[in-house]
Amino acid sequence: MTGPVVGKPIDRVDGRAKTSGQALFAGEYPYPRLAYAALVHATVARGRVTGFDVAGAAAVPGVLTVLTHENAPRMKPPPRATLTNGGMIVTGTSVNYLGTDEVHWNGQPVAVVVAETLEAAREAAGLVRVTYQEVPATVDFPAEERHAVPLKGNPLQPGSARKGDAEAALESAPVSVDLRFTTPPLNHNAIEPHSTTAVWDGDRLTVHEGTQGIAWLRAHLAARFGVPEASVRVISPAVGGAFGGKGPVWAGTLLTVLAARATGRPVRMMLTREGVYRTVGGRSPSIQRVALGATADGGLTALIHTGVTGTGRVGGLPEPVTSPSGHLYAAPNILLRHSLVELDLLPNTFMRAPGEATGTFALEAAVDELAYELGMDPIALRMRNEPETNPIDGKRFSHRLLREAYAYGAERFGWADRTPEPGSMRDGRWLVGMGVATAHHGTMQFPANVTVRLSADGSVLVRCGLQEMGMGAVTTQAQIAADALGVPFEAVRVEHGDSTLPTGPAAGASAQTVSAAASLLAACDKLKRKVRALGEGGSYAEILTRAGRDHVEAAVGSQTRLGALAGQARFVAKFLRDQRRWVKAGCGAQFCEVRVDPDTGEVRVSRWLGVFDVGRVINAKTAVSQLRGGIVMGIGMTLSEETLVDPRTGRIMNPSLAEYHVPVHADIPPIDIHYLDEPDPTMPLGLLGLGEIGVTGVAGALANAIHHATGKRVRSLPITLDKLL
Amino acid sequence: MPAVRLRVNGTTHELDLEPRVSLLDALRERLGLTGTKKGCDQGACGACTVLADGVRVNACLALAIQYEGREITTIEGVASPLQTAFVANDGFQCGYCTSGQICSAIGMLAEHGDGVPSAVTEHLAADGVELTDAEIRERMSGNLCRCGAYNGIVAAIKEVAGADAATRVPEEIAR
Repeated sequence: MTGPVVGKPIDRVDGRAKTSGQALFAGEYPYPRLAYAALVHATVARGRVTGFDVAGAAAVPGVLTVLTHENAPRMKPPPRATLTNGGMIVTGTSVNYLGTDEVHWNGQPVAVVVAETLEAAREAAGLVRVTYQEVPATVDFPAEERHAVPLKGNPLQPGSARKGDAEAALESAPVSVDLRFTTPPLNHNAIEPHSTTAVWDGDRLTVHEGTQGIAWLRAHLAARFGVPEASVRVISPAVGGAFGGKGPVWAGTLLTVLAARATGRPVRMMLTREGVYRTVGGRSPSIQRVALGATADGGLTALIHTGVTGTGRVGGLPEPVTSPSGHLYAAPNILLRHSLVELDLLPNTFMRAPGEATGTFALEAAVDELAYELGMDPIALRMRNEPETNPIDGKRFSHRLLREAYAYGAERFGWADRTPEPGSMRDGRWLVGMGVATAHHGTMQFPANVTVRLSADGSVLVRCGLQEMGMGAVTTQAQIAADALGVPFEAVRVEHGDSTLPTGPAAGASAQTVSAAASLLAACDKLKRKVRALGEGGSYAEILTRAGRDHVEAAVGSQTRLGALAGQARFVAKFLRDQRRWVKAGCGAQFCEVRVDPDTGEVRVSRWLGVFDVGRVINAKTAVSQLRGGIVMGIGMTLSEETLVDPRTGRIMNPSLAEYHVPVHADIPPIDIHYLDEPDPTMPLGLLGLGEIGVTGVAGALANAIHHATGKRVRSLPITLDKLL
Repeated sequence: MPAVRLRVNGTTHELDLEPRVSLLDALRERLGLTGTKKGCDQGACGACTVLADGVRVNACLALAIQYEGREITTIEGVASPLQTAFVANDGFQCGYCTSGQICSAIGMLAEHGDGVPSAVTEHLAADGVELTDAEIRERMSGNLCRCGAYNGIVAAIKEVAGADAATRVPEEIAR
């Protein structure tokens, strides 16, 4: 299906609200008698709370209560995630906040103050005195590398994979590199801090929350507070950035709901920026080994990629850093292995392109190093080893235009003008470097329920509880519906962001658009059949009017619990069936140019081009913005971002936007985006997903460009100027 | 608690405020003007940028009582071609930093119009500073956008600044 609207650069339908201050975010809903909550964070990494002195806090005028494990109502512990209980996969941590005296990380909330004003809540939170019995904690990730335990793995995430004997092949390879890379912990830093407004009415709960998974959050809150899902309403029409950090359910949300329960008042809590660092997990650090062996003409004979990442003892997930290495190069011998270190730290979580953002740094920087060892052009080396089938297991690619991406990109970027010798290109005093790397991101699809209603006035209403966190999700679904039904774009309205709507897909794994689209297309087909049954000839409006109907509606997906389970089962079955047959992924080529000051080591990114094979593009404007946004985040990750953990205490030392450096306007050059726009034959509408792929390959391309400019290989992110001096 | 008279978007509000209440919290929590955003509450992200007598300030670092008698403009009081240009150029994604970006851009264009140089201005003595991409980027660097909509924001500002310059010249000639 393509029509006049899909593929066009349509303006965002929520643009007006978001440029006039009218869009309401979670911490902005007014309620009478609203109270404010503030967190008290533990100051030890591991141990037990032995006592609280809340006298000072309680004496602050306006304080309603100080909740601790000694007096707070109990939440139920988080249920385990199972196939029928998929929502629990987003349990941020297994800690039952204020239900235990145990402390599992430095910064864990141990008390909540509720007060009449924000100022009183924050002042009082600062006056709560807590004593602890400390026990030794394991918090130093690099020091724990030797204790890393190989990951067992599961069908969704294999811990290791091997083909042939990669170590032997490496040993006997005429040309080889064997390299060690490190990446630091990172934080999402969505500009909207995690915010919750919670209101209880008897056993009915309304929660305003910026979340990536409305249905997940609803299921989670129902389980934790012991009420039926139907009693919980989650409202989340505008999410102020998320990047993975608003997928799981974290302490702030739970404790706001708990505070509202305890006080009988509507309660709002916007985490402080420091509070976000202390209670919302980020990206795991990694230590990676990439070893490549090749014949003298550049044929890869061995590819070894092993990685160590960290999780919390109370939750987290293995950041799958080795995953891209199963898909990118046609080596006859491949070894992938992932090991884990469990730490007494806040658990890590998904952050934009988990594993692939950091894994492509190590892999793509290593490929560049091999190219120099071989005296080959790095693009030529990649094309020499571009596989016909998935290297690790021989499965078919559903789509793969990486050759085309490199060919087009090289031409457009002027790659031929590059002289390979490091330090050979200059612009005045600046050293100039050019680098490339491959971008790669696997494709996913979730179940989604959608209804479509066509009214006699010709208007169309799409209803789906999906999340709008900046990707233009509402706009793209309206485009899809317009073309599917053959109506003007302006005739379509999309309702989203509310758990009372048909259950939408989560906004994660770059899968929201395609997941909703698949059901939307099916619903539109159903609707057209229903309309046709009413009569033929004339416009929809005329048919409905003749039939005496004010509207016709079609639904896909069931809202019952059984229906949801059946949907989940179909989803898992299709996922596994698909996974046996195909490897589905987007890919791309990142080209960049840097200027490095030879005296100070300052790196400026001067040009960027990303050429992507992401299947069909629904909206030429928002798609480009998503891809650019990923590249911007990748530039930050490469050059400046790092969450610093005190190796003695496990406390994050730079929990602020002043000390954790995300890219600013001045850091970002014009980013040229080109997409190949060829639909994937196996996916609904041919979509491969494009929310995350932009960040992949960025660090590799940039590190390679910096080497080209300076001759220095920095294998440890971020590449700050001290490492270049 | 002292009564504070705050003038916001042309309306005067009488508020009982503790001296410690920030301008940002007064706007958001007392006046319900939630278009001004809180991103860090530490002056590091710019999401709370408002205009005080036309000059951009971080409302989180300002105490409300200090702004008595000043003319505060928040995004709710802004009617600027920048808003349309931000939408047309996709100069936003989640929309959370957007109010601050727009208010900051208005203040920045006024500063530029007054001949204020920036850290990247090469010739301080020159008659006027050309508003290049580099100048816009430097002058807007106090406003973080984690979604990475920077290219679109710069394009939107350039579009409006260019149109402004184009319309300003004939007026001057007419004078």
